[in-house]
Amino acid sequence: MNFAVLQFPASNCDQDAVHAVRHFGHSARLVWHKDASLGDTDCVIVPGGFSYGDYLRCGAIARFSPVMQAVKQFADNGGLVIGICNGFQVLTESHLLPGALIRNRDLQFHCENIFLKTATNDSPFTSKIPAGKILRVPIAHGEGCYFADEETLAKLKANNQILWQYCDQDGNLTDSANPNGALLNIAGICNEKRNVAGLMPHPERACEPLLGSADGKWIFESIFAALKNKTVAQAA
Amino acid sequence: MKAKIIITPKKAVVDPQGITVKKALEHMGYTGVTGVHIGKYIEIDLAAGTDKAAAQKAINDAAHKLLSNPLIEDYKVEIE
Repeated sequence: MNFAVLQFPASNCDQDAVHAVRHFGHSARLVWHKDASLGDTDCVIVPGGFSYGDYLRCGAIARFSPVMQAVKQFADNGGLVIGICNGFQVLTESHLLPGALIRNRDLQFHCENIFLKTATNDSPFTSKIPAGKILRVPIAHGEGCYFADEETLAKLKANNQILWQYCDQDGNLTDSANPNGALLNIAGICNEKRNVAGLMPHPERACEPLLGSADGKWIFESIFAALKNKTVAQAA
Repeated sequence: MKAKIIITPKKAVVDPQGITVKKALEHMGYTGVTGVHIGKYIEIDLAAGTDKAAAQKAINDAAHKLLSNPLIEDYKVEIE
């Protein structure tokens, strides 16, 4: 599988994403923000960092970069796109995902391990996560509080678009387990077509026991399985 | 010629900066403060002689697309 990892000025988790994909034996390459084409790509990762210095709003400037026009087209054609942390912010600003990410409720930058509950296995990003498995993955953000109006939230719930929620280690969706004040403890969502997802936590930083947790691998395994199924379907 | 754009958080969006500053003002003894909302102020310099109506339209468009996020922010444009 070929992964395209976008690289904006001040992306800083791009190499982590490339490392994680290669760690699992797939190919990954960086695509510069000024490139108007993604090349031969099965899945796009919009990585974490502070694209364009987070000027104006997180992800606001990245939305208009040449590479994001290519990503929009790729997503419109059904390609898999996952945004991690700043990548999630870029995808909401680009209107590829609903809602917005605003300042953490306590105004603090949170850099810590959190627990994640998978709300549905019905997506290319969650299908392989074992039932009931609580994922332990790190977060590192100052503006990760998910916000959407009531109508959008109702739609997210009705369509099972909420993929991950912050929880305690037993899987309870408590307020104290919510690091940033996100509505409904939302850590990650997907679009209505289920081919674009975004999440604030960093699964790519938790794919090897050496890094303290290997739970992030379940998200990558889900993507690999979805891409494999797609290839088989296309060949048939 | 200048465009002045004031961007403020929508009332439905929690504004932790505003809440914190409101508490600080109360702590300092300022009474009667019922709300603080913290936003952004942007000035855009425009070429002299630019048509005011056209500028207003263009800046409104830019404010909607880039300068603000209409999901979470309101904006006001003044051309002078």
